[in-house]
Amino acid sequence: MVADFDPRSDYPLGTRRPDLACTPSGLSLDELTLDALRAGRLSNDAMRATPETLLRQAAVAHAAGRTQLAENLARAAELTAVPDDVILGLYTALRPRRTTAAELERWAERLEREYGAHSVAAFVREAADAYAERSLLAPGATAEAGRR
Amino acid sequence: MLAEPRPELGLVAMDGPGDPEPSLRIRDGRVVELDGRSAEEFDVLDRFIARYGIDLEIAAKAAELADDEIARRLVDVGVPRPELVRLSRGLTPARLARVVALLDPVELMFALKKLRARRRPANQAHVTNRKENPALLAADAAEAAARGFAEIETTVGVSRYAPLNAIAILVGSQVGRPGVLTQCAVEERRNLQLGLQGLTTYSETLSVYGTEPCFVDGDDTPWSKALLASAYASRGIKVRFTSGAGAEALMGHAQGCSMLYLEARCLAAIRAAGSQGVQNGGVSTVALALAVPGGTRAILAENLIAAWLDLEVASGNDAIASHSPIRKTAKLMGQFLPGTDFVTSGYSVMPRYDNVFGGGNYDADDLDEWLTIQRDWQVDAGIEPIAEDEAVAVRQRGALAVQAVFAALGFPPVSDEEIELATRGYDSRDLPDRDRAADVVAGDRVLEEGISGLDVAAALDGADFTDAAEAILGLQRLRVTADYLQTSAIVGPDWTVESAVSDPNDYRGPGTGYRLEGPRWAKLQRLPHQLDPAELTAGQVAASARLVAKGEARPGDGADEVVLALGPAFLTELRETIGGLAHEAVLAALADGVRDGGCRPRIVRVRDAADVAFIGHEGARLSGSGVAVGIQSKGTAVIHRADLEPLDNLELFGMAPLLGVDSYRAIGRNAAAYALGHQASPVPIEIDNYARAKLIVKTLLMHAKEAEAVEPGAPPLELSLELARA
Repeated sequence: MVADFDPRSDYPLGTRRPDLACTPSGLSLDELTLDALRAGRLSNDAMRATPETLLRQAAVAHAAGRTQLAENLARAAELTAVPDDVILGLYTALRPRRTTAAELERWAERLEREYGAHSVAAFVREAADAYAERSLLAPGATAEAGRR
Repeated sequence: MLAEPRPELGLVAMDGPGDPEPSLRIRDGRVVELDGRSAEEFDVLDRFIARYGIDLEIAAKAAELADDEIARRLVDVGVPRPELVRLSRGLTPARLARVVALLDPVELMFALKKLRARRRPANQAHVTNRKENPALLAADAAEAAARGFAEIETTVGVSRYAPLNAIAILVGSQVGRPGVLTQCAVEERRNLQLGLQGLTTYSETLSVYGTEPCFVDGDDTPWSKALLASAYASRGIKVRFTSGAGAEALMGHAQGCSMLYLEARCLAAIRAAGSQGVQNGGVSTVALALAVPGGTRAILAENLIAAWLDLEVASGNDAIASHSPIRKTAKLMGQFLPGTDFVTSGYSVMPRYDNVFGGGNYDADDLDEWLTIQRDWQVDAGIEPIAEDEAVAVRQRGALAVQAVFAALGFPPVSDEEIELATRGYDSRDLPDRDRAADVVAGDRVLEEGISGLDVAAALDGADFTDAAEAILGLQRLRVTADYLQTSAIVGPDWTVESAVSDPNDYRGPGTGYRLEGPRWAKLQRLPHQLDPAELTAGQVAASARLVAKGEARPGDGADEVVLALGPAFLTELRETIGGLAHEAVLAALADGVRDGGCRPRIVRVRDAADVAFIGHEGARLSGSGVAVGIQSKGTAVIHRADLEPLDNLELFGMAPLLGVDSYRAIGRNAAAYALGHQASPVPIEIDNYARAKLIVKTLLMHAKEAEAVEPGAPPLELSLELARA
């Protein structure tokens, strides 16, 4: 997925590798023009990075020694597939004492199954473990936590 | 207010008695003890930091180094930033706090200069107003952008205004300078929504706290915050976290620990979450840190830890730190002189009244001083001077652009009167009240209809604000390339992304790294409020009198003769004293005074000296009585006597700006009294200790003219004064 890309020299993509950056709908950077806007060829949904672009940015961060930023960007790459309202729902579920362990596990499974978001799923499971230990699951649900 | 430390309440800056001893034990590739706590006792922050925040391999190496050895490396110019950053990956929060606490203030500053992520420091602006007037928001944002701020943040008084405020500063900023990043600080969900719609490009609302109960009170955990950070990134929105000394103490959950240690925990968690940066350094609780001993130093230390952890640092200085301008600015220097990625995390570009963030540590009224301090130190703290007419023009254009956008999107209209007052008014009190009920309905529409950055661009394009429309498309390209998600990214000229990856801080000692020089230094030193030296001595009134030379001056013989000895430029090159008195009036007053005292004045020009003592002494040698008044063109005068050493005198009047016509008359009278051997009480003179600071440049320039007029070796001239009174 990130072949033909040197994270040490191809950043910034916008100036060094514009050929690699396009919208999710396949528009290249030089197609993002006022003419295209006037002709109705641009939509807000398309104004974002593709998962491939975010993985390249993760590789850039990793090459610069920024391991955790790279992991964050890799999670972001997975979340590009997840709709806004689902993300906001997941965020709420991760807030303290909102969710049972079983519900968090269902979130993790859904992230894997529906969106292929494996690292985000793992992240949610690690949160669930920590929440169980620290009484941060929904009240009355702590006993259930150990079953996972 | 100053307070004695109360460590049990967290009211202690650093090195608190309740701070844990640094420790780190690793077993089977897992952290089993962190800063005195075993894995079973880990709270949610310990778990998060242990899981994501410590590089075990580096930790093993770091364990072999003593604290003071690490501290020395922080200030060793020979140890490069990447090596220190790598080392930080193996340190625990207590160790980070312990090591930076070994540095004194100047060492902290030096280490911060070395460890800043981005090569060039920048600054962030706050733009709000109490009426949430869009024309004024756009005008202020446009001016802020034109002044070089790299980021602009707004917020709301009423949360339903958020979409309109976001649009207003988006439009204003892109009119002012394309590529400025903007944000609207509101509740997290709404915040993300504005970003999704392309109305904002960054967010720094992700607050982190140093204890578990504070985190939970903030309705978050490190995992929920980290997820949110990834969510923003997935939509191409730049994110930085927020933390700061004193928040835990204020929330009542400091767990008996010092502000610096808890901030170190925050920062370790922030890096563990994968944030590219942080807004820290007291921020909204800065006044609490400044209430206790070492508070200013602790805040600088927390900025340093953030930079050491390789995070972009927006270093506070936004909330009011103190009522004392001196303490406030003393604190600022800790970040201003080394330079941070954003020297303030919100410079209030409008008057303090309109700052809805509850702050405005520095505001519109301080801009000239900020610019002057940059000029004084030759330091770039991210704000550029612009001329008054440029500011007016860009403000008006910003306001007009938002008027066009509101019209195109069918929002409540922005009137021409609002444009005019937003352009030239002082604060929102100058503007008419808007129909707020209608405005918030329009705000709701933005969210319901998903009105986006592209819609704003189309509206601008349709109203011939093509440049601003193009700039908003440029921001969309940033979201697509995601280049600005790397550490410490800002947008430079021509849409180049300047980040810690493309433009890393490469300071390696004198002559290296970012230095304010060349065209940028020329720009930052040319301030609109500086004076053109030529103007200081030009424009002096035309003389209404002239002096006629009567040949070389010879020694006089009348015992009642007092010489008035003039400097070479008096009534020739120069026409007024430094205090603005016409030379002829001064001369007339001196002559009147001499006559009042019963003597005859005689006017002589000394041509070969510019110094008042020598002018006066030369005059005294020519005087029949042996007494003379020497006077320089700038008005400095002396009463001299021929038998004294040149640098001695009877009376010296050095405070020329404070001498009035009456003073000169009194000087003449006293000179006459000395000539006749009478007693005289010295002429009373006023003292103004600011006169020197205020007029020192003008003094230099006037004296230079006097010195230029000197003709070495030329004998003194006898003069007569011919008044040309109408």
